[in-house]
Amino acid sequence: MLYVVILFLFASITLYFLLGGADFGAGIIELFTSTDNKHRTRKTMYQAIGPIWEANHMWLIITVVILFVGFPDIYSEMCTYLHIPLLILLLGIIARGTAFTFRNYDAIKDEKTQGFYNHMFVYSSFVTPLFLGIIAGSALSGQIDPTAKDFVHAYIFSWLNWFSVAVGFFTVALCGFLAAIYIVGETDNVDDIKRYIKKAKVSNIVAAICGGLVFIASDIEHVGLSKWIFGNPIGLTAVIAAILSLVLLWFIISDKKNRQWIRVLAAFQVSMILISVGASRFPRFVIFKGGSSMSLLTDHANVNTVDDLGIGLVIGSMFILPALGYLYYSFQRKDR
Amino acid sequence: MDDFIAARSQMALSLGFHIIYSCIGMVMPVFMAISHYKWIKTKDPVYKNVTIAWSKGVAIFFATGAVSGTMLSFELGLLWPSFMKHAGPIFGMPFSLEGTAFFIEAIALGFFLYGWNRLNTWFHWVTGVVVGISGIASGILVVSANAWMNSPSGFDYVNGKYLNIDPLKAMFNEAWFSESLHMTIAAFSATGFAVAGIHALMIYRKKNVAFHTKSFKIAIIFGAAAAILQPFSGDISAKGAAKRQPAKLAAMEAYFHTQEYAPLVIGGIPDTAAKKVNYGLEIPGLLSFLVHDNFKTSVNALDKIPVKDQPPVAIAHYAFQIMVGIGTLMMFIGILYFIALWKKRDWFNKGWFLKLFIVATPLGFIALEAGWTVTEVGRQPWIIQGVMRTSDAVTKMPGIQYTFYLFTFIYFTLSLFVIFLLKRQIQMVPELYDR
Repeated sequence: MLYVVILFLFASITLYFLLGGADFGAGIIELFTSTDNKHRTRKTMYQAIGPIWEANHMWLIITVVILFVGFPDIYSEMCTYLHIPLLILLLGIIARGTAFTFRNYDAIKDEKTQGFYNHMFVYSSFVTPLFLGIIAGSALSGQIDPTAKDFVHAYIFSWLNWFSVAVGFFTVALCGFLAAIYIVGETDNVDDIKRYIKKAKVSNIVAAICGGLVFIASDIEHVGLSKWIFGNPIGLTAVIAAILSLVLLWFIISDKKNRQWIRVLAAFQVSMILISVGASRFPRFVIFKGGSSMSLLTDHANVNTVDDLGIGLVIGSMFILPALGYLYYSFQRKDR
Repeated sequence: MDDFIAARSQMALSLGFHIIYSCIGMVMPVFMAISHYKWIKTKDPVYKNVTIAWSKGVAIFFATGAVSGTMLSFELGLLWPSFMKHAGPIFGMPFSLEGTAFFIEAIALGFFLYGWNRLNTWFHWVTGVVVGISGIASGILVVSANAWMNSPSGFDYVNGKYLNIDPLKAMFNEAWFSESLHMTIAAFSATGFAVAGIHALMIYRKKNVAFHTKSFKIAIIFGAAAAILQPFSGDISAKGAAKRQPAKLAAMEAYFHTQEYAPLVIGGIPDTAAKKVNYGLEIPGLLSFLVHDNFKTSVNALDKIPVKDQPPVAIAHYAFQIMVGIGTLMMFIGILYFIALWKKRDWFNKGWFLKLFIVATPLGFIALEAGWTVTEVGRQPWIIQGVMRTSDAVTKMPGIQYTFYLFTFIYFTLSLFVIFLLKRQIQMVPELYDR
């Protein structure tokens, strides 16, 4: 059952990245859209994510629940040493979730309050994935130091380092990339499609640059990222697959017939990045300064709990996945 | 401010706000589904308008409830890492099921809110019902997790170790049913009265009377029925507390000396040092009767409990008095409503009758917060009753007072926003629905 739980953990993280991440990306794209086109872009984005908005963010809750029920030691260590970035992440989630709902459900749509909601939405859309990336980077970078004696070393430098921050920006760029790719299929307007394709290409280039920065930062901080990824067969395969899919994506992106395919390719590419990192570090989930780590295979809850959690997740997913699939199906663009 | 006090205050604040958002978020879908059903059956457009207007309220409260709930799932770990480290695997079962219920609720809400003119009428209606059912299920599950903290079971605590963990037994702990029942009824009565009160105000001001009268009726039937049922559920809860948490019962009753014919103290100012209550009204034997169904049987008081294991008596007692006082008042208002419905129809047009409900708007939520205070403060100094002290669970990160200030600011701002949005929704009723 432990492997079932771990599978659900990774699946939830990946789905949160692909679905929730694209929602963040929608805000990021809005942030980097010229004022002339902002209104139309916002409307297209809203039509695309409105119905599935709340569901996309449930994956984070599932992830957290799996962690604190199944891997309580890991959860409590992360909560202690990454308290501050988690807190900022929460602030981002609150600001974003409420701004998105408020701007839609404010009965009076005057410019002043709508402008306020929009600002709140776009900036929190940037900050939230930035800190998600920082948290992920910190868990893996070996900068968390449980032996630290002072506040700054224990609670600040655990996450404020070149590697974590680079991973943060890489995450933001990937979210923007996903959203730009997804949105291409959401409109029939030729000018808009051109604009979105351009956005997708730009955000892809930015993501590639940020990815490069992650490797450079990894060298500065002696994280050894290239060694893990290229030294691990699954990691290496996943990276190669991601690069191949990227090349293919650039070739077919402008072709109208391939709108569904480019989504699949983009999602595939991002999943491969997650898999390459996850696989090369598995079973380690949090790595501390000095090399000790917490492992998904040993630092889990007692067997009874893991079994019950696994059964609960399997049964729960039998309800959730078909319903979620039908939700996506029902609100595809053809129905609008 | 001391870090421990700051952490407790931040948790209390977060739960105090979340409880309001989530109660409304779980009860309003039920009202919405009933109004929707009436519309499908009668084709009276007013019901459709009420449904749509309420669904906007649901969307706002669902979103705020979802973000404040997400915050709580993190805050449990951020503020109480040692608690979660040990308790997570034991009481995690209801949380993981709640995650599922919440997920289904979010999916169903997506269907409901965006399904107008797009889905089959009855399928659309069912999605609204699913929102309500899964919301209530989430509430029951989360309260079961809290009940475990009051009535820990499903593990053996041996030499500081948690052994033989059985998550299902922990979920169905002794308190789960009474606590979930009390909370669910409280949610219906508080939300019913609050929603009805706002619509009563609009009727009183003679604005869109048809719209507000229909809304008022659906909300108050639930509110009034729940308010009448609540004292019975409260009795079950109090008997359970007497059995499992004698310190909590004694503190909320400000009952210091173990005796036969134990009195019930109404009101009064507890003096913990002198171990007595000043200015309270004592009814001899009533506490014995409520706990044991017998006026004579002795009830254990605070003198049986070591001082270091006693909760703060004054807070628990005041909160309990507020809850019971308001609960009783709401029960009478509920009875009056049913008298009006069956015998005195003309009351509905009387100013005093409407004013009664306008004044009662916030009462249910005040009682609900007071009741929550009794549950949580009454359990102190324990975070897991009799097993782990709250002070041993708090994070070692210093400076929690600053996050407390930050959260205070955020919750108040968020609430102001919600009130602002609801006000604008109500303000726009004539323009949006007078077609």
